Amino acid sequence: MAITKKEIDQVCSLARLELSSSERDEFTCQIDSILGYVAKINELDTSNILPTSHPIPLTNVMREDERGESLPIEDVLSNAPDERKGYFCVPKIIEGE
Amino acid sequence: MNLEKLTCHEIHDLLKSREITSTEVTSAVISRIESQEPDVHAYITTTFDEALEQARIVDKEIGRGKELSPLTGIPIAIKDNMCTKGIKTTCGSKMLHNFIPPYDAFVIQRLKEAGAIIVGKTNMDEFAMGSSTETSYFGPTKNPCNLEYVPGGTSGGSAAAVAAHEAIMALGSDTGGSIRQPASFCGVVGLKPTYGRVSRFGLIAHASSFDQIGPITKDVTDAALLMKVISGYDPADSTSVKVDVPDYLSYLTGDMKGIKIGIPDEYFAQGIDSNVKSTVLEAINLITKIGAECENISMPHTEYAIPCYYILVASEASSNLARYDGVQYGYRDTSVQNLVEMYSKIRTDGFGSEVKRRIMLGTYALSSGYYDAYYLQAQKMRTLIKQDFDKAFEKYDALITPVSPFPAFKIGEKTNDPLQMYLADIYTVTINLAGLPAISIPCGFSKNGLPIGLQIICKPFDEQMIFKIAFAVEKHLDRAKK
Repeated sequence: MAITKKEIDQVCSLARLELSSSERDEFTCQIDSILGYVAKINELDTSNILPTSHPIPLTNVMREDERGESLPIEDVLSNAPDERKGYFCVPKIIEGE
Repeated sequence: MNLEKLTCHEIHDLLKSREITSTEVTSAVISRIESQEPDVHAYITTTFDEALEQARIVDKEIGRGKELSPLTGIPIAIKDNMCTKGIKTTCGSKMLHNFIPPYDAFVIQRLKEAGAIIVGKTNMDEFAMGSSTETSYFGPTKNPCNLEYVPGGTSGGSAAAVAAHEAIMALGSDTGGSIRQPASFCGVVGLKPTYGRVSRFGLIAHASSFDQIGPITKDVTDAALLMKVISGYDPADSTSVKVDVPDYLSYLTGDMKGIKIGIPDEYFAQGIDSNVKSTVLEAINLITKIGAECENISMPHTEYAIPCYYILVASEASSNLARYDGVQYGYRDTSVQNLVEMYSKIRTDGFGSEVKRRIMLGTYALSSGYYDAYYLQAQKMRTLIKQDFDKAFEKYDALITPVSPFPAFKIGEKTNDPLQMYLADIYTVTINLAGLPAISIPCGFSKNGLPIGLQIICKPFDEQMIFKIAFAVEKHLDRAKK
């Protein structure tokens, strides 16, 4: 096995996902088979090869720090599942008093 | 006259000579959508009222003598991962089932300026992850050529809409073949531009170093017209490139003399359907006859493309999709009283299986201890694959290959085996790894009557050479058929 159920649990907790026990079995099996296949990339010696992060050469893009137009607050909040007084609302973060 | 069956350039001529109005064309397309949708299901959302309103405005302007752009008054469909102000944009996911963007994507701004008429938002694999449009939260799209088959993916809705004449043209997006493969499965034209040619501003991110928006059309001329409108530098996308946009139409000459073409052996190797192989080789024969020089070449790192691609794309996706937390927009479960539990609940309920699988795969590949073996190693393989292309383009103007190893497959045939679905992308992902432009044009049919596509790949920012070759091939293939 390239990946164990315990590792799947760890990945799920990092990615904020919960699996049912049948999904856990199914995904472990599928991801194991995918990882087994993609391990192929380790066949070649790449110690002298530089990694490519973007297909075209990119340089840092700078611009003048000028004030631009922003979306009106009503538009920004128009999709918010829960908003009050111009703020996005979430369940309580800090427990206690 | 069945107006919905015409191309953009044919309609443009009729609008210009005042033989028809945009309202007539738009109404014809809307009637067609109403009659075909119960079978095809190409759209997630339609915007008929807005479209007819826009068409009336365009007709008034034409009446007043306003000059027409090539896209003025043309009904167009948009893949549902491009933000449209005031129109629901779902990305094929429960997570965004109610999302109404407060702004337009760059390409949408350009289309509106050109006077195009948006008739709806097309179906797609959830978050553009899949190869068949079967992972959509809103149910699969069917292939208009045969309703038992998939239209390809992830821009399956856009390709099916154009093939079924439910739109004159459409926009798709391509991360690993998502424009070209559905275009080939549905028998239409689809172009993936060079990375950086078209702004990604307002395109919902899947894998940011791969994604590009491009045209899906009925012929090569229409693809050139639509590319001219959507190409160009945009300061809002820091990866868009300042390179002049050529007059693509001037390259549609039909002349192929002196063009050097490489045919990579690896794209005809084991696993390819015999119909696909023979049809593509016949087209290459024809290309030689009309004046191009074709030679066989080797691209030795092709076999590493699928593993390299899926590691990188899953990694980028796992990072991009971390933003879906139910706070600012999208799906939310209000029953949970704890923030971390809320995140988990929303993401568990809001994402489908394929999206979860890729987030998990990407999270694993990026996690400490595995980063070097997977992510970094895949980035190095990306360099080697890109070098194969750099080397080929020292000698050749273009490369020609099949788009997919097989024609469209049956609905449900590959849904239980994700790895088999990934292997379907073998001839298209290399192009995104290298950031190159490539087109799919129809070149024949399988024994079962399913369309087969031909892929033409060129150097970065040489879309004009693609159009030149594609136009000549299209013209001569049409002639050969007649």
